[in-house]
Amino acid sequence: MSDVYILGVDMIKFGRFPETSVPKLGATAALMALDDAGLNIKDMEALYCGNLGQAGAMVGQRVLAEIGQTGIPVVNCANACATGATAFREGWMAIKAGVYDVVLAVGVEQMGKGLLGGGGPKKGIPTEGLLGSGTMPCVFAEAGMEHSRKYGTSFEQFAKVSVKNHHHSTLNPKAMYQIETPLDTVMNAEMISYPNTKLMCSVNVDGSAAAVLISERKLKEIGSKRAVKVRASILTSDPYQERNLTMPDVNTCTQQAAAKAYEMAGVGPEDIDLVELHDCFATAEILHYGNLGLGKPEDAGRMIDEGETAHGGRIPVNVSGGLLSKGHPLGATGIANIYEVSTHLRGEAGKRQVEGATFGLTHVIGLGSACGIHILEKV
Amino acid sequence: MSEPSGSNSASALLPVVPFLKIPETGDPYLEGHKCQDCGAVFIGERDNCSSCASRDHLKPVRLSNDGELYVFSIVHRSFPGIEVPYVSAVVDLEGGGTVKGNLINVEPDPEKIKMGMPVEVVYQTAPRKDAEGNEYLTYYFQPRG
Ligand SMILES: [Zn+2]
Repeated sequence: MSDVYILGVDMIKFGRFPETSVPKLGATAALMALDDAGLNIKDMEALYCGNLGQAGAMVGQRVLAEIGQTGIPVVNCANACATGATAFREGWMAIKAGVYDVVLAVGVEQMGKGLLGGGGPKKGIPTEGLLGSGTMPCVFAEAGMEHSRKYGTSFEQFAKVSVKNHHHSTLNPKAMYQIETPLDTVMNAEMISYPNTKLMCSVNVDGSAAAVLISERKLKEIGSKRAVKVRASILTSDPYQERNLTMPDVNTCTQQAAAKAYEMAGVGPEDIDLVELHDCFATAEILHYGNLGLGKPEDAGRMIDEGETAHGGRIPVNVSGGLLSKGHPLGATGIANIYEVSTHLRGEAGKRQVEGATFGLTHVIGLGSACGIHILEKV
Repeated sequence: MSEPSGSNSASALLPVVPFLKIPETGDPYLEGHKCQDCGAVFIGERDNCSSCASRDHLKPVRLSNDGELYVFSIVHRSFPGIEVPYVSAVVDLEGGGTVKGNLINVEPDPEKIKMGMPVEVVYQTAPRKDAEGNEYLTYYFQPRG
């Protein structure tokens, strides 16, 4: 089976673009990735398009209508917040299988403002606020409280994740926000769902990201010094856990995906130089330190206290600013974090460059649940 | 034909969720389905077991009203029209079954709520009606003992 490389990858600066359309947003990132690869839409053999909000509306084909209807096969993917990673992985698999040599993967989302989750039933009375809460800030607050229950993790430690990621984003021009948020600002922000304050919730933004994937054979033919090797691509769903019909489990599927990804890549967590993980809420980042093997689960609070996951620390996490500050356009997130890691592996991350980065890991979770992990290597 | 026993005039009320059962006689209760092969307990009806994948071996069981608070969050922002703050709780019931609901009769203060504390299920008329004006019976958790 062919090794697979990323030849081109890019993302738009995340923000709010209510005046544009989903296909136009996707088309912008697609053209940026094609330019980065030095190729044309006519060179692409297939398109894998990730979008959640218009999952039934043939977004991939409408992207092609914006940039060139070449008649190639289009696969539209929806997999909650793992949508972009799933689209990327579908492209990876097609090249791995030897079906195509060059494909395009696009992730795109146009979001409204406000709370996600907790929608009421069609019949009867709404149960939100009666039978607990299904809002995302609450679901991830409860997931964080499970970590507190087991390991004593504190509100302050969760809040420090947000301080760190907002700090990181001050060096990322493509992040939605570039603002410092000191600890007292984070902890005293409006409480949304304890222990998640407003500054500990990811930002709903519009965004898009895209990547051109290429086979080893075709890469040699074209020649490029900036290609990034895909060492592992893994997708899992959540296995049965006694509570997971009541309380979504983002841990087990991440642990299983991480184990498989390290095995496929032939490297361990100690070899990874930077991680972009799914900090949809500050509480979530803490869970994934242990889930991804970056440290022991019980050490997660200490890791954030001692700056181990900050830029310059032992294992920098979310140097892009993460979903908390870069923003979280659901279907685009999984390719945007591949862009971030690739940019460091190429040595092109400017002021936020993680020096000497050789291996990087990307992680997303779609609640319900889907976990996508990619391990990338500098060539 | 029979009058309901217990404190609620429950038979006039509709259940807030299908797994809240309102028998013609006797007290309301939460119903689970238990796999006869692996023992997994599910909330709500189902045909097959998602734990061991066995088919048609699930039997309805009456879930306990006693349980333990597993985790909680204090919700300060919800959808328009929903009164806040309230405590969203995940409770492990004795004998199996994990259920989510509001924890009442506690201060919405993280210092006052202890994970692991004993709680019980109580049944009350919901403070909301549907579009046709029907009333519903709902359940809550409250500290026990
Ligand atoms: Zn079973």
